[in-house]
Formats: sequence, C-alpha cells, structure tokens
Amino acid sequence: MTAIRRFLPGWLSSYAVLYLLFLYLPVIFLPIFSINTAATPKFPLSGVTLHWYEDLPRTPALIDATWNSLIVGVSAAILSTVLGILAARSITRYRYPGRRAINGLIMAPLVLPEVIVAISMLLVMLQLGLSLSLFTVVLGHVLVCIPYSMTVLTSGFEGFDRSLEEASADLGESAFGTFRRVTLPMVAPAIISSLLVCFTISLDEFIIAFFLTGTEATLPIYIWGQLRFAAKLPGVLALGTLLLFASFLLMTIAEILRRRAARRTQNEGGLYA
Amino acid sequence: MTAAAEGSPPLRMAGSRRSPLLQSEAVQGFALISPTFVYALILLVLPILVVIAHSFWTQNYLTIDHTFTLENYRIALTEPIYRDLLWRSLYISLTVSLLTVALAYPIAYFISFHGGRHKSLWLFLITIPFWTSYLLRVMSWKVILGYNGVLNSGLMGLGIIQEPSDALLYNSTAVIITLTHAWATFAILPIFVSLEKVDRTLVEAATDLGDGPLRSFLRVTLPLSAPGVISAALIVMIPTVGDYVTPKLVGGKDGVMIANAIQAQFGKASNWPLGAALSVTTMIIVSLMAGATVLVFRALQRLAR
Repeated sequence: MTAIRRFLPGWLSSYAVLYLLFLYLPVIFLPIFSINTAATPKFPLSGVTLHWYEDLPRTPALIDATWNSLIVGVSAAILSTVLGILAARSITRYRYPGRRAINGLIMAPLVLPEVIVAISMLLVMLQLGLSLSLFTVVLGHVLVCIPYSMTVLTSGFEGFDRSLEEASADLGESAFGTFRRVTLPMVAPAIISSLLVCFTISLDEFIIAFFLTGTEATLPIYIWGQLRFAAKLPGVLALGTLLLFASFLLMTIAEILRRRAARRTQNEGGLYA
Repeated sequence: MTAAAEGSPPLRMAGSRRSPLLQSEAVQGFALISPTFVYALILLVLPILVVIAHSFWTQNYLTIDHTFTLENYRIALTEPIYRDLLWRSLYISLTVSLLTVALAYPIAYFISFHGGRHKSLWLFLITIPFWTSYLLRVMSWKVILGYNGVLNSGLMGLGIIQEPSDALLYNSTAVIITLTHAWATFAILPIFVSLEKVDRTLVEAATDLGDGPLRSFLRVTLPLSAPGVISAALIVMIPTVGDYVTPKLVGGKDGVMIANAIQAQFGKASNWPLGAALSVTTMIIVSLMAGATVLVFRALQRLAR
C-alpha cells in the first residue's frame, strides 16, 4: 500500500512533465524553424540565419498590419477594462436581483462558438449601416475581452475591504480623494493586469477580426494571408516568434501584477478561480 | 465575534432594517453594471436575435425575402452535406472534450495535491502556451504532422517507418489532436479549482476508515471534483463545435466542420439565411449535447457514491 502511495506521485510527476512537453511542443518549433535557412520546416536544419527577421521591417503590409493591431489592441483593452471595472465593481460590491443572470450574460462570449458570435455581429453591423473598419473590429474584440477582464478584476476586487474606504470618508477625505488615495492604489495592479490580458487577446484574435474588418488587416489576418504561400512560411515563423515573446512578456507582467493585487486585498485565487 | 463586528455584515444588517437603503444599493449596483450589460445586449443578444430572424427568411439574389419559412432548416437538417458536417463537428467536439478532460485531470490533480509551494508556477507554465497566437499554434501542428514534417522525419530518422506517412495530416484525427492541445488550459483550470475545494480531511477520513488510495479517490475526490470536470467538458465542447481555423488549416477535405460551411454561406455562397439557420441549428444541437453531458456526468457521480 505504501509502495503504491510512494509510486503514485512519481508516476504523476512524470506524466506532468510529459504533458508540459506536449503543451510546449508546437510552441518550441516556431523559434527553431524561424532561424533555418531552408524554407521548408524539416529536420535536420540546413543552416542558421537571421535573414527572415531582417526581412520583416522591410515589408510595408506587415508594418501596416502591426499598426492596425496596436490601434485595435489598445482601444479594445481600454474599452473592455473600463466596462470590466464597472461590472466587476458592481458584482463584488452590491447585492441586487438579477445579478447572477447579468453576470452570466456578460461572461457568455467565453463559451459561445466564436464563428457564430462573429457572424451575428456582422449581420447587425451591416443592418445598422456601419461600414466595416478597424472600429467594428474593436467593438467585437471588446465583447470577447470583457469576460477575461472581469475574471482578472473580480479576483482583484473581491475581499476588497470596504471599511478602508469608509474610514477614509469618515476621516474627512472627499469622494474623489478616497477613490484616488485609497481605492485606486489597491486596485491599480488588477486594472493594469486586465489591460495587458485584453491587449494580448485582441493582438491574437483572428475570427472576429476576419469577419468584421473592412480592407485593413490586423496581424493575425496578415499571417492568415501569408499562410497560403509555402515560401512565406519562414517569415511568418519569425513574426510568430516575436509575437510569442511579446505575449509571454505581457502575460508575465500581467500575472505578477495580478498576484500583487490579490495580495493587497488579501485574496488568494487564480486567474480563473 | 470580533470578526463578525468587522467588515460588511453589520452594514448589510443596517440595510435590511431600512428598505430604502437596500433599494438604493440595488439601484446603485444595477446602474454601475448597466453600461456593460447594455453593451452585451446590443452586441450579443441583439445579434443572436437577428441571426434567428434571418434563419426564417430567404435569400433572393441581393435582397432578403422576409416571408416566414422553415425551408432553411429543412436544408440544414436533411441535405446530406450539412447533416454530415454537423455530425462530424459534434463527433469531433465530443471526442476532443472527453480527451482533453481525461488528459487534463491527472495534471490538475498533480498540481492541486502534489504541487506544494510551486502551485502557481505550474499554473503559470500551463497557461503560457495558451497565450501564444492560436493561428500559429495550429500552423505549428501542420509543420509537425505534415508529409515532410517533424514527426515523419523524426520517425524515419529513428527507422520506425521507411517513407513519410500522409495519414497524419488533413483528416479529422489531425483536427482532434490540434484542438485537444489548443483547449488543454481551459480544461485544467476549472478541474484544478474544484480539486482545490475538496476538503482534504474527507480524503484522510476515507483512508483512516480503511479505503485504499484508489478507492478513496474514486469515492471521495473524484465525485467532489465533478463540478469542475463538468464545466471543463462544457467549456471545451461548446466552442470547438464552431471552430473554423483548425479544420481549415489541418483538416483537409475530410476534416471540414460546420463553421467552414457557415462561413461559406456568409462569404462566397452568399446565402445569409441558410448560414443563419446552420448557426442556429448548431447552437441548439450543441446545447442539447451539453445538457446530455451534464446529465450523464451527474448520473455517474451518483453511481460513484
């Protein structure tokens, strides 16, 4: 019996390592083949080069797509975080009928097939006479970013001690002063973390952008276009590697900030807890 | 007692004594959430209603005939091509969700019960691949599974196969592998959260009362973590039915799914009402399948006790 008990964690941890390998398998090949001289991704590598990276800044379509993605990402991050703050504050601070139903509706885009969300928004936007542009992409991205923003912010707001705000008000601080000097410093890390998460999602999002954009391409749409040409693959891999490192960096910062926020409000809970 | 005197409970008691205050709390809370709520109404509820409305109309070249008809649903449910696509999408999403949950459970269990001090590091490591571009991850699988791909050249290098196999890519298996990978994180997290909530003293009690590790796992831990397993299964199942990118990139002719047909109706084929009917049918069938999954899991949970 003790043998089984001792054997089990060992067996489990080797499984855990294998599983991590499986998770990282496709991610590892992006950087590896992006420095390969040959255009076909296969082993053994024919030589090491950085020229796929050097070509990237010389591609005007890519520069445009990057700018478009940055504009969309920043706008979507700000808008969804503002809407997320309002909703998360309301959910964690107040009790009222219909609270759970409204929360469920706001979180729904998380579990709906994205294609269906995208085409239904497309139909309404065309019906309302909106012409498709980066603006319509932002509208779509905000809808899918809000649930993520909500999870990050609720974990930051929950356990937020209301008596601190009340103490500040009792001690003569104005409503704005209380917000700026008590509330904001406590929730700021969660807000920044939400901005980063939403920006990263918008940066990577393809389906909604694919349906809702006019003529302007975002980065994933640019990549999608390039995937049709086998010869363009190494360039895409190089771009993908850069995006990978950017996402990794942003998410690491977001996670550190989220933990700090949770610690400040003494709330232990994961990103999805 | 001192704990009860601190924080919000006294405030709520004061609120219930004076109902206008309670009312104003409800009004304030609702006012605060209303911008987000209205946003979701306009960009989620309204669009879905519009799709449902379209599904009862007919495309008349460039205009839409608004007479009520069920013709689109007849086509969606009886035309062999759409019926096959629907079945395949359901089969793929069901397989993917069961596979993902089965593979994710041990890892979630490991982190929750044996993660020790490194719990959050493990969780972070697991979420990282999920944050890399979905498009690029799918393409990477194409690189791995392709005819000249990593797996084929690796197997040939090891002498396991003589010539590259073309059975790895462009079929539903490739779609299943790619999706199982893509949704792993979404399955691990809810299971982990529910395992964290399992009262460890109950497991100890079962062991003390003579249950072996396997028996106490099957009779205590597993049933108590069932809510996480159910939500993991649903979180994977519902969105994968409508996946577009994976079947398009690695599915080939035999891996096409319903989302590709829906997209075609809104793109090249330009038959919005039929596309709308296909979307509504997909949503209804996946909801039924999700409901059935919940019932099956609940029945299993009851059996285990």
